Amino acid sequence: MEVKFNVRRYDPESTDAVSHFQEYQMDMDDSSTVLDGLIRIREEVDGTLSLRCSCRSAICGSCAVKVNGEAGLACNTKIIDVLSEDGNTVTVEPAGNLPVIKDLVVDFQPFWEKIRAVEPWLQPEGEEPETEYLAPDEDMLHLAGVVSCILCGACVSDCTVMEVDSNFLGPAALAKSYRFVGDPRDDSAQQRFKTLNEDGGVWDCTRCMKCVEVCPKGVAPMDRIMALREQVMEAGYTNTNGARHAFEFSNSVKHSGWLDEKKLVVKSFGIFNIKAMIGLIPLAIRSQRAGKVPPIFHKNIPGVENVRRIFEKVETKK
Amino acid sequence: MRYAFYPGCVSRGACPELYSATIEVCKILDIELDEEALKGASCTGAGVLQEKNLRLGDTLNARTFAMAEKSGNPLMTICSTCQGVMSQANERLLADPEYLASINEDLTEEGLEYKGTADPKHLLWIIAEDLGMDFLESKIVNKLNGLKLAPFYGCYIVRPTKALGFAENPGRKQALEMVIESVGGEVVDFPGKTLCCGFPILTINPKNSVNMVANHTIDAKDRGADAMVTPCPLCHLNLDGYQPNAASARKREIDLPIIHLPQLLGLALGISPEAMRLNKHIVSTKKLLSELVISP
Ligand code: SF4
Ligand code: SF4
Ligand code: SF4
Ligand code: SF4
Ligand code: FES
Repeated sequence: MEVKFNVRRYDPESTDAVSHFQEYQMDMDDSSTVLDGLIRIREEVDGTLSLRCSCRSAICGSCAVKVNGEAGLACNTKIIDVLSEDGNTVTVEPAGNLPVIKDLVVDFQPFWEKIRAVEPWLQPEGEEPETEYLAPDEDMLHLAGVVSCILCGACVSDCTVMEVDSNFLGPAALAKSYRFVGDPRDDSAQQRFKTLNEDGGVWDCTRCMKCVEVCPKGVAPMDRIMALREQVMEAGYTNTNGARHAFEFSNSVKHSGWLDEKKLVVKSFGIFNIKAMIGLIPLAIRSQRAGKVPPIFHKNIPGVENVRRIFEKVETKK
Repeated sequence: MRYAFYPGCVSRGACPELYSATIEVCKILDIELDEEALKGASCTGAGVLQEKNLRLGDTLNARTFAMAEKSGNPLMTICSTCQGVMSQANERLLADPEYLASINEDLTEEGLEYKGTADPKHLLWIIAEDLGMDFLESKIVNKLNGLKLAPFYGCYIVRPTKALGFAENPGRKQALEMVIESVGGEVVDFPGKTLCCGFPILTINPKNSVNMVANHTIDAKDRGADAMVTPCPLCHLNLDGYQPNAASARKREIDLPIIHLPQLLGLALGISPEAMRLNKHIVSTKKLLSELVISP
């Protein structure tokens, strides 16, 4: 099949050094991957195209790029699955949220810094065992998903929070942290929770599911972040807007069956957070002026006692 | 067609304009809304409750699904977040009969049982799939010729694609653009349309949240959009309510009205802007409405 590759090029050494798209028309097999296409371009058409790859089988994690605007591994994306509607174009760009070195090659330094920041190694306490540190199979099962991470950076590329905040630890590092928090051989969970609860940690995720969608290995970073939030709260870190928000949300649904937005906002900031309260005033005034205010009295839904009963039943099950 | 209507918390709280616009639009589109069936249904949990206790969220949604089943009508949502949370809950409930059975145990006391037949659908999908674009076009009295509209989906109605049935219903990927074109508008495409508006971190990290609002609204505006359309009232709350903050953070004017999907439909179906409370937005729609070239 005839395929038009639209590749974003960038050469820091060229005189203008701005990125631009370059088109390559190629005849590809129906079974070819995007990586097959890129390699053929480099080898047969344009030797100046830079890209990273190694295993070509979705194992090494070096070939993450954006295909049609969404991150993925070039080596496990079949061209035929991503052709444009008119049937012959594929757009390939470097992974996002990392500085571009040249063409499709990005600098992973910031990625590794975040991974390092979560201290991705076991930190056991107490006396060293005679032989190796053993962990029962059933305790490790829930980690099977996270340990499949190949550190490709696809999730980081498309994380919507990292796009606006380079301070956020991000999906890959947080999923990695979950892996160590959940390991029965690790004894530093308390210390890890402390870091995770800080700015840039678990509370900064916006739950957009981008990382879940683009991860080629089913790591589901966001689900791990949500699990960490729960553990952080259980460990006693409840003095954050995020924790208060989760608590108040649940409280509102439990008591009335639905959400009381006004109370939720106020309580999320914490009743004594005067600065945040004052920050809310302009919005309140704007809303008032526009006639856009929730009803003053938050009524319970009919049959709310059934909702409360479910809450009590299921909460005790946990 | 008749639907068990699930309005969600936001259309009954901070976005009353969404509720009224939906009711008016459905009348014209022959969508009969059963407003009673789900009166006693709870909040979906919005992903927040699920964060704390997944099973609890699934039980509450199974309860809502059982109520819809009992009414004999399919369930209609009008919020991307409601839709996504329900689709995900349904996927889990249907994937594991044992799980469903144990969830049902907590519903029997109320005389409810979820049999697994609910198929919650957003109004957007109902229009695209159940009614069809031809039907929609047949009801249009005001073609919104030339109005430049940027779509903004909201995360939960585009991800995760598996739970949302994108493979079975490929039209869901483009449904909003299709509606915009059907009412005579011109689509202003921009990469942010399927990204996050920042609402969930509004109280957690207001700076990041406002930056997201700024990025999306400014990008759409600079590409020529007259307004942005969204099927998600939470996106509306953030993109509309915090647009003034975004503008002052970037030290520039943005002035991009954020229109709920039913309000857009309503304009084309001949419903008055006041009836849909288009005058109750934070970012004024006045200029937009006055410039609107409406041709039959
Ligand atoms: S890391 Fe492993 S899978 Fe990747 S290229 Fe090297 S040997 Fe192959
Ligand atoms: S869910 Fe959270 S971590 Fe994942 S991409 Fe979105 S913001 Fe980033
Ligand atoms: S979590 Fe998935 S997307 Fe992120 S680095 Fe690991 S394998 Fe890649
Ligand atoms: S864009 Fe934001 S508010 Fe809208 S659905 Fe996604 S997370 Fe929710
Ligand atoms: S080349 Fe190794 S993951 Fe794609």
